[in-house]
Amino acid sequence: MSKEKTAKAAILGSGNIGTDLMYKLLRKPGHMELVLFAGIDPKSEGLSRARAQGIHASDRGIAELLEDPEIQLVFDATSAKAHKVHAPVLRQAGKIAIDLTPAAIGPYVVPAVDQGQCLGELNVNLITCGGQATIPLLYAVSRITPVAYAEMVSTISSASAGPGTRQNIDEFTMTTARGLEVKGGAKKGKAIIVLNPADPPILMRNTLYVVAENDEVDVNAIVQSVEQMVGEVQVYVPGYRLKGAPVMDRRATPLGTRTVVVMLLEVEGAGDFLPKYAGNLDVMTAAACRVGELFAQRLLNGKEAQL
Amino acid sequence: MKAPRVVDTTLRDGSHAMRHQFTRDQVRQIVKALDAAGVPVIEVSHGDGLAGSSVQYGVSHTSEMELIAEACATATKAKIAALLLPGVGTRNELKEAVARGIQMVRVATQCTEADLSEQHFGMAKEMGLETAGFLMMSHMRPPEILAEQARLMESYGCDCVYVVDSAGALLPEGAAARVRTLKQALAKAKVGFHAHNNLGLGIGNTLAALEAGADWVDGTLRGFGAGAGNAATELLAAVLDKLGCNPGLDVFRLLEAAEFVLAPIMPFQPIPDRDAIAIGYAGVYSTFLLHAKRLGEKYGVDPVAILVELGRRKTMAGQEDMILDVALDLAHKSK
Repeated sequence: MSKEKTAKAAILGSGNIGTDLMYKLLRKPGHMELVLFAGIDPKSEGLSRARAQGIHASDRGIAELLEDPEIQLVFDATSAKAHKVHAPVLRQAGKIAIDLTPAAIGPYVVPAVDQGQCLGELNVNLITCGGQATIPLLYAVSRITPVAYAEMVSTISSASAGPGTRQNIDEFTMTTARGLEVKGGAKKGKAIIVLNPADPPILMRNTLYVVAENDEVDVNAIVQSVEQMVGEVQVYVPGYRLKGAPVMDRRATPLGTRTVVVMLLEVEGAGDFLPKYAGNLDVMTAAACRVGELFAQRLLNGKEAQL
Repeated sequence: MKAPRVVDTTLRDGSHAMRHQFTRDQVRQIVKALDAAGVPVIEVSHGDGLAGSSVQYGVSHTSEMELIAEACATATKAKIAALLLPGVGTRNELKEAVARGIQMVRVATQCTEADLSEQHFGMAKEMGLETAGFLMMSHMRPPEILAEQARLMESYGCDCVYVVDSAGALLPEGAAARVRTLKQALAKAKVGFHAHNNLGLGIGNTLAALEAGADWVDGTLRGFGAGAGNAATELLAAVLDKLGCNPGLDVFRLLEAAEFVLAPIMPFQPIPDRDAIAIGYAGVYSTFLLHAKRLGEKYGVDPVAILVELGRRKTMAGQEDMILDVALDLAHKSK
């Protein structure tokens, strides 16, 4: 790919997520060129790793980023609190913010279910890891038949749950439930998260329960739609695996005893920087890269994102 | 041995055995009987705590907020408590439950994940609640690790940290060692013990915990709870009375509450039968019992095999979805 056909990108936040994202962008840049890796801690390991890869690294945070007018895409892997400060500044500078924090200032985006709606925005939010994992499966059902209720359970290894997740566990459940409704197409969403301390750590696993409005579900159509969706997500999250076909189980639901479409999902990380068991973190950085690539393609086609 | 505080959790742990079908009438009758018998704290919630009503754990017949309101309106002396599992319920439900009159919240985490409870204890203390912390699946970690986690809960504002034997897998020595270590580790907070009877040790382990210094202990009428149930509240009252450390419970009123109020509405009497003993033996979450029975039947797999495999995979509290996963695997293998 020639240099002039890339969109310039920066990563804000030099922690684990930002570092994993950097390795992903270096491995598979697509139409993006990573030109800056910015943190606020000069001693951060992420910054020295970036320098070792020949990437310009700065401990001046967003200030450094704003000095480069050519940077069009900014991945924010800081914190919800920091992103609330960054968001208006980036907007004013006309830079596109891809927000990996729980700040949820911009609309939600899940690349596998996005039909280009996100490309009209200057700030998009990646919901939560559980949302990125389960919303595509829910969407695969709701495009076949209207969904009354969807419930997801994410089990992640304790080792992969950082302080951000731990201190924002209520926000995780609420944001994910909302994502199931807004992006997945369920009338009502519910989310549960469980931490498992087993050593060696378990892979991220998710269970999605879907209750259709009409109890007579077309099983074949759903199975096909889900299978196709899994393939689409695997394009950017190679370790995304459904365990067998969706299971139909009669269960008590908020709508009474109904047929529940149950999907068991395992997510193995790519191991770019974070360990493979941390599929929950990988699904976020992989989705962020994918969204970045969609924006980059749009920018290079000459259509600027609109305010 | 000193007289402990006894918390009755028939209307929370019993929610599992009841498949979450408690009604307002039943709650009123049970709270009335417990309150009259001098039980100081009564816990009312979905079995998996506030917002536990779900496809994963079982859908409530009546919203727990209604049940909590009924309990609070009925109790004259007893405090009404609610259970909250961070990851299932949130501070929003806690606020709702407080608005309905709870005076205590018990916040439960896996025994290694106490730091999930910081914000919930913080809010509970701001709202003037009494607090307890549950270290679930306590058999999975040694006393020293539990003590570190207990100190975290204490630092967040927890008034009493419980050793919770969610799997009913502890033996008396293990229960006592954990309680003793927590007693030494905590500055001010009390120590509690919550038993399951899967190995027939519900009362035995509770006594061992009391001898080791436990301040609070849990019971359910008729031992009506998950797995083979809990230490029976009426049995605890009789035993504590004989030991000369009855905290003020009316033994005969509790016997009547168990026999004439709860027993007639129980769909079954939890006992350490084949499946329940397997839970204690394999060290898995007691609430897996009814789910494993149902899915075992659906897929033609022995529930005991499912439970043992769940133990081998080190599943934790709340991982009910793994039961289907394992049942499918075992059904596939047997083909």
